[in-house]
Amino acid sequence: MSHSTPALTEADRLMTVCNSCRYCEGLCAVFPAMELKRSFSDGDLNHLANLCHNCGACYHDCQFTPPHEFAVNVPGTLAQVRTESYAHYAWPKAARPLFARHGTALAIGMTLITALFILGFVALNEPGALLTAHLDDTRFYAMMPHEAMIALFGAAFLWMLLAVFMGARAFWRDAGTPQVGATDHAQATRDAAQLRYLDGGGMGCFNEDEQPTDRRRLWHHFTFYGFLLCFAATSLATVYHYVFGWHAPYAWHSGPALLGIAGGIGLVIGPIGLLSAKRSRMQELGASGFRGMEVGFILRLRVTGGSGLALRVLGETPLLGPLLALHLGAVLTFFLSMPYGKFVHGLYRYLALSRHARDMRRHHGSI
Amino acid sequence: MAAWDVLVAGGGNAALCAAIAARRAGCSVLVLEKAPKFYRGGNTRHTRNMRCAHDAATGTLTGPYTGDEFMQDLLRVTSGNTDEALSRMMIDKSYEMLDWIQQQGVRFQPSLGGTLSLGRTNSFFLGGGRSMLNALYRTAEGLGVEIRYESELTDVEIEGASFRTATVQSPSGETRIEARTLVAASGGFQADIDWLKQGWGERAENFLIRGTPYNKGSLTRALIDKGVRQIGDATQCHAVAIDARAPKFDGGIITRLDCVVFGIVVNKRAERFYDEGEDIWPKRYAIWGRLVADQPDQIAWILFDAPNLEKFMPSLYPPVEAGSIAELADKLSLDPAQLCETVETFNASVVGGRPFNHVEPDGNRTEGLEIDKTNWAQRIETPPFYAYPVRPGITFTYLGVRVDDRARMVMQDGRPAENMFAAGEIMAGNVLGQGYAAGIGMTIGAVFGRLAGEGAAAHVA
Ligand SMILES: Cc1cc2nc3c(=O)[nH]c(=O)nc-3n(C[C@H](O)[C@H](O)[C@H](O)COP(=O)(O)OP(=O)(O)OC[C@H]3O[C@@H](n4cnc5c(N)ncnc54)[C@H](O)[C@@H]3O)c2cc1C
Ligand code: SF4
Ligand code: SF4
Repeated sequence: MSHSTPALTEADRLMTVCNSCRYCEGLCAVFPAMELKRSFSDGDLNHLANLCHNCGACYHDCQFTPPHEFAVNVPGTLAQVRTESYAHYAWPKAARPLFARHGTALAIGMTLITALFILGFVALNEPGALLTAHLDDTRFYAMMPHEAMIALFGAAFLWMLLAVFMGARAFWRDAGTPQVGATDHAQATRDAAQLRYLDGGGMGCFNEDEQPTDRRRLWHHFTFYGFLLCFAATSLATVYHYVFGWHAPYAWHSGPALLGIAGGIGLVIGPIGLLSAKRSRMQELGASGFRGMEVGFILRLRVTGGSGLALRVLGETPLLGPLLALHLGAVLTFFLSMPYGKFVHGLYRYLALSRHARDMRRHHGSI
Repeated sequence: MAAWDVLVAGGGNAALCAAIAARRAGCSVLVLEKAPKFYRGGNTRHTRNMRCAHDAATGTLTGPYTGDEFMQDLLRVTSGNTDEALSRMMIDKSYEMLDWIQQQGVRFQPSLGGTLSLGRTNSFFLGGGRSMLNALYRTAEGLGVEIRYESELTDVEIEGASFRTATVQSPSGETRIEARTLVAASGGFQADIDWLKQGWGERAENFLIRGTPYNKGSLTRALIDKGVRQIGDATQCHAVAIDARAPKFDGGIITRLDCVVFGIVVNKRAERFYDEGEDIWPKRYAIWGRLVADQPDQIAWILFDAPNLEKFMPSLYPPVEAGSIAELADKLSLDPAQLCETVETFNASVVGGRPFNHVEPDGNRTEGLEIDKTNWAQRIETPPFYAYPVRPGITFTYLGVRVDDRARMVMQDGRPAENMFAAGEIMAGNVLGQGYAAGIGMTIGAVFGRLAGEGAAAHVA
C-alpha cells in the first residue's frame, strides 16, 4: 500500500517485519493489534502509532534494531508517525504548521497575551492598580471584571473544544468507524488511567539504555492527575460562584483551593520529571523535528501550574497583579494552543485504546 | 594462581547460564564474547521459546508435558540417534529449569499467535530471545560477572586432561588468559562456510545461515585439535527451507516459510521432488532444508494459489505473483511448459474431497503420481498464483565436543576432562544425533550451561 509520508511508509515496512516475527506480542497493545491485519492504510498506521506508549521495550528486545540491516525501530518510527498524525488531523487545516513551530508560536503567544493582560489591567484601572490589587477586597476582579473573564475564557474554551473535536473526529474516521461499546470505553479508561502499556511488558519503561530505569509513568501520573485536579478546582469554583453565589477569593482550606493546590503541585513535579527523562532519553526512541511541541507542552503545563500556585502563595503581596496577568496569560495560551500541540495525544491515545478494546473483544473475546 | 576461577567462552544462553550458576556459587567469572555488544548472544537473540518438561499446566503453558513424553518426542525426531542416558538426564533437569530461568529474570508469556501447536510443550519468552538474553546479562552483571565483548577464544593450552590457558583475540591484540576452569559455550560452526563444505561440498556455498555470523567454531576446532573427543559429523545440523532472498547471515525467524503444506514444491527443472503431505510432525518443516540442499543449485519454489495466501504466518518478503502458471514460470525463470505440465498432472491426480485441515493429516491426497502428496492435496487452480523461492537455511550445526552427564568434556581416550566443560550448540550433537524438536536448543544450553557452571564451581572449591 502506498503512503502519504516517509514515516508512514517506514511504519508499514516495520509492521510487515513485526507481523512475521511477533516476538513482542506480549509487551503491549500495538503488536496484537497489528496481528489482526496484513495490510495497513494511513489511518490504520496512525491508529497503531497512537496506541504505542513509547515505553521503548520493543527497541531493546528486538534482534533487528540498527545496526542490523533490517533496521527495525518501532518506538522511534511510531513516535514520528504519531507526532505527524497530530498535525495531519488538526482543524482548521491552516493551523497545521503550528505543530512544527509549536515552541516558537507558544513563546510568542504567551508573551503577547500576558503583555496584553498587563496592558489591559493598567488601561482599564487607575495606574498603579497593577501593584495594589492585593489590597482590594475583590482581588482578581479588581483587575478584570468577572464577566469579562468568563466571556474571554469561555469563548477560548469553546473554540478549543470545537477544534479538538474536529481533529479527533478526523482521526477516528480515518481507521474506520467501529461500534465501540460501553465495555470498550470502560476498558480504555482503565488502560489510560493506569498507563497500562507504559510498563514495558512489566519491567518499567526504558530511558538511557537497556536497563528499565525510567520513572516516566510516575511523572506522567503526577502531571495528568495534577491537570485533572486543577480542572476540578476550576469547575468547583464555577459551581460555587453560580450555584451557591460564593465568590472568590476562597480560603486555602476550601474545596477549590485544596484541589488547586494539590493539582498545582502535581503540575510542577510531574513536568520536571518528564523533562529530565526526556533529556536523558535515547534519541532513537523519539520523533525528530517536534521538540518544541514536546518541551513546549510540558513547560506550559508547568507555567500554568506554577503561576497558579504562586498566586495562592503570593496573593497577599504586590505581585498579585503581575502574577495574575501571567497566570491568565498562561491559561488562555493553553486553551488556544491545546488543539495544536501535544495536548491532543491524550485524546487520540484514549480513542486508540477504545478502538483496540473493541477489536480485541471482537477477535479474541478478551483483552 | 590463576586470575579467574571460571572462564566462559561465548555470550549466549549457555554461556550466561553457566556464568550465573558459577557466580552464584561464589566463583570469580569472566565471560568472553566474540561479538560486539549489540550482537551478543549469537543465536540466542533469535529464539522465542524453550522446551521443558512439566507435570501440570501453568499460567503460560496450556497443559502437562511429562519427561516421558519429552523423551518419546526426542527419540522420534532423532530416530533414536541420541545418547539416551544423557538426554534423559537433561529432560529430568529441564523440570527445574522453568523456575530457575525465571529466577534469573527471564519472563514467559503464552505461546505466540501462529504457533498454537507449541502452547503446551514450549515456554515462550516475553519479548523474545533478545529480551531473555538482556535479562540474563542484567542478572549476571548485577552479580558481578565480568563481561568482555569482541573477545574471541582462538586457542587453548591443555595439559593431559586439564585446561591451563586460553588465547584471546580482541581489538587490543592477542592475550593469554589463565583460569582454573573453562566453560566452552561458543556455539556451533555454521557461519564457517568452508567447514560446512567439508561435509556438504560445494553445495554449502548456496546455504543461508539463519543466525549469527560469529559462530565459526574456532574454539571447537582448537579443543578437538588439542585432544577433546569429537561428536557428530559436519553434515548434521538443523536446516529448514527459508526464503532465498534472505541475507546470507542473521536473517532470523522472519524469513522462515510455513507454507509447504498449502501447495507443491518444485525444483529448478520445474518438477516436484518430495511428498509435501508427509506427516512427520514436528519435523514437518525441519526436513525441507535438507531436501532443497539435494536439488540442483540448492534452490526450490513453493507454489500455491490465491485462497491459501493468508492461511499461514506472513513472512518478510512478498511472494512472487502471476495471473497464470506460465507467467509465474516466466517470473521464476523456470521452463513454462514444464511447470504447466507439473501443475496440471498434479491437479489431475488430486482425489481429496474431504475438508482441508492443515493442522492434522486430512487424508486429501493425490493418486498415481510418481511422488504423491499424501495429505493436504488441493488443486492449484485459482489465480493469482504465488511462489516463494527457498534455499536451505542452517540454524545450527551438531558437530562438537563430547560431554558426560556433568557437562564435562570427554577426552580422546575417554577420560573426562578435569576442568573443562561445554554447553549449548557446541555439544548439542550429544543429544541430537540428527533431527530437531522446537525449543530443544535452549533446553540444551540452559541445562548443560547450569551444570557446567555448577561443575566448574565445584572443581574450584
Ligand atoms: C532464527 C533462529 C531461531 C531459533 N529459535 C529457537 C527457539 O525458539 N528455541 C530454541 O530452543 N532454539 C532456537 N534456535 C536455536 C538456538 O538459537 C540455539 O540452540 C541456542 O541459542 C544456542 O545457544 P548457545 O549459547 O549455545 O549459542 P549462541 O546463543 O549462538 O551463543 C554463542 C556465542 O558464542 C560466541 N562465540 C562464538 N565463537 C566464539 C569464540 N571462539 N570465543 C568467544 N565467543 C565466541 C558468539 O558470538 C555467540 O554469542 C533458533 C536459532 C535461530 C537461528
Ligand atoms: S520489534 Fe523486532 S522483535 Fe519485536 S516484533 Fe518487531 S521485528 Fe520482532
Ligand atoms: S515502544 Fe512500548 S508501547 Fe510502543 S510498540 Fe514498543 S513495546 Fe509497544
